[in-house]
Amino acid sequence: MVNECAVPKKIIKGGKEVMVCDETRSRLLPVLQDIQDKKGYISDKNMQEVADMFGIHPVEVFSVITFYSFLSEKKKGKHIIRVSNCVSNVMAGSEKIVKEFEKVLMIEIGQTTKDGEFTLERTSCIGMCNEAPAIMVDDKLIGKVTPQRVKKIIQEQKQ
Amino acid sequence: MKVKDKKTKELPKRQGLVIFSEIENGAGLKKALKIKKEQVVAEISASNLKGRGGAGFPAGLKWKFAAQEKDEQKYVVCNADEGEPGTFKDKVLLSEYAPLFLEGMVIAAYAVGAKQGFVYLRGEYRSFVPALESELKEMKKNNLLGENIGGKKGFNFDIEIRLGAGAYICGEETALIESLEGNRGEPRNRPPFPVNTGYNGHPTIVNNVETFAAVVHIAAKGADWFKVIGTEKSAGTKLLSVSGDCKKPGVYEAAYGISIKEILKMTDAKDVKAVQVGGASGVCVPKSQFDRTIAYEDLSTGGSIIIFGQKRNLLDAAENFLEFFEEESCGQCTPCREGIPVLIEAVKMLKKGECGKEYLKDILSLCETMQLASKCGLGQSCPNAFISIINNFKKDYALSKNSKQEKTFNG
Ligand SMILES: Cc1cc2nc3c(=O)[nH]c(=O)nc-3n(C[C@H](O)[C@H](O)[C@H](O)COP(=O)(O)O)c2cc1C
Ligand code: SF4
Ligand code: FES
Repeated sequence: MVNECAVPKKIIKGGKEVMVCDETRSRLLPVLQDIQDKKGYISDKNMQEVADMFGIHPVEVFSVITFYSFLSEKKKGKHIIRVSNCVSNVMAGSEKIVKEFEKVLMIEIGQTTKDGEFTLERTSCIGMCNEAPAIMVDDKLIGKVTPQRVKKIIQEQKQ
Repeated sequence: MKVKDKKTKELPKRQGLVIFSEIENGAGLKKALKIKKEQVVAEISASNLKGRGGAGFPAGLKWKFAAQEKDEQKYVVCNADEGEPGTFKDKVLLSEYAPLFLEGMVIAAYAVGAKQGFVYLRGEYRSFVPALESELKEMKKNNLLGENIGGKKGFNFDIEIRLGAGAYICGEETALIESLEGNRGEPRNRPPFPVNTGYNGHPTIVNNVETFAAVVHIAAKGADWFKVIGTEKSAGTKLLSVSGDCKKPGVYEAAYGISIKEILKMTDAKDVKAVQVGGASGVCVPKSQFDRTIAYEDLSTGGSIIIFGQKRNLLDAAENFLEFFEEESCGQCTPCREGIPVLIEAVKMLKKGECGKEYLKDILSLCETMQLASKCGLGQSCPNAFISIINNFKKDYALSKNSKQEKTFNG
């Protein structure tokens, strides 16, 4: 039943019209994640290339990128620091951590440092609720963060 | 099963009646392969195992539906998107019990006749990928995965790890399938259900990590062994992730039927004002109801338990949850997309004492509309915490007395 074309198709199943797509299209996210990983963002040119590869319109690639918060069409810092603002973290004082990062990096949340090293963001629960306040630096989960530890965390990334 | 050391730190051995109980690698699968597929499905059905991801659908029934489908291609998907605020129990299984839940997926594949499996892992847990990959290799080496698994001719099954990318809604099973297919993670209309029309239009079962982990123990030790644990309607145990105002936060395995009081004692929580059960989409339980229990028939939860001490104002919590939903709503349907901002505004008004009785009534009726008319579980359940906080914690806000000034629903 899987068809070889790269575009989703409508089929009738159980009397209902449903969309199916083939294996190739299902590789879209891993491909985009790979570009995001290597370059830190997905440029217009990349979008066009990916669109050609899958035989879909670039707008469709764009719409997938904008859906996922870990994919970005804008250039971001080399390292992304995400501070969790879930309830457990807020109760444990995550706002203080945000403030300290803002102070040390001299940016506001949502921004990237001038040298392109760091982007500071908020995120929801990262599964570190029992070690709040917690942050994610790139792939790393770091718990029990204190304002005092912030500088050291930043330095560790630079090495 | 041995808990894996992280080399540097010795992990304390976890204890529990089912998931954390002793079992040998491959024991569940070996037993399952000795009986017919239909018998495996029957055994899981007989155990009364229900889904551990939140919705609580009977696992055996789901498998039966998928098994009955006539299709060469079927899929087994492990939902490791764990995004409900306050939930981190799957993280423990993913990082310490990988052989266990992966074996559960293989048993499922045998039972329903699937050749391909996916672990949909939330992007936040990316650092677990290398360890999971090497576990898959190990399983192949031991003939627990790959071709002619366990010496069973023709039983071939492989597992691929796919990463999410920071979207909570992708934990909803149809959104997850959309995401696997390379689309925006927007929930589908149901029916058709994934067991019939899932990944790429093929029969697909989606189960939570913990559900797969429980399956292995049931296959090895039997439905009867499993059934006597827990309550009559909720068989077995639940992994609870406890956080917030307590001395011993962490992951605990408890038999269904455990009361809130017992949880508070276990985690050394004192002066507790309220307990949020089920994360942002769950309910906020006041002290007067701490005798209530964790069970499908009482307080149902995917495992999130957040404790609030006396000093906390619960409207703050309600606001935080709603802001989370505003960020995570996929925006596909109106009640959810348009309703959440209105609820946030109402919380802000309540905090300032600017919300009157009549407007609050309108808001609560909007909540009802959202619960009934939203397309997926996110929109349907996002008013839950708000409603329970408004009803149970009247001291945390004051209604405006000035009825002339009062805002009404129509502006
Ligand atoms: C908004 C939303 C988020 C969800 N997130 C998860 C999740 O992270 N993990 C999970 O197992 N189930 C999640 N679910 C439930 C799944 O849709 C589905 O019921 C579950 O994966 C089925 O597995 P189970 O029967 O073993 O629980 C979510 C549901 C909704 C509506
Ligand atoms: S209820 Fe919300 S999250 Fe679910 S489909 Fe509708 S808009 Fe999307
Ligand atoms: S609730 Fe904060 S990390 Fe989970």
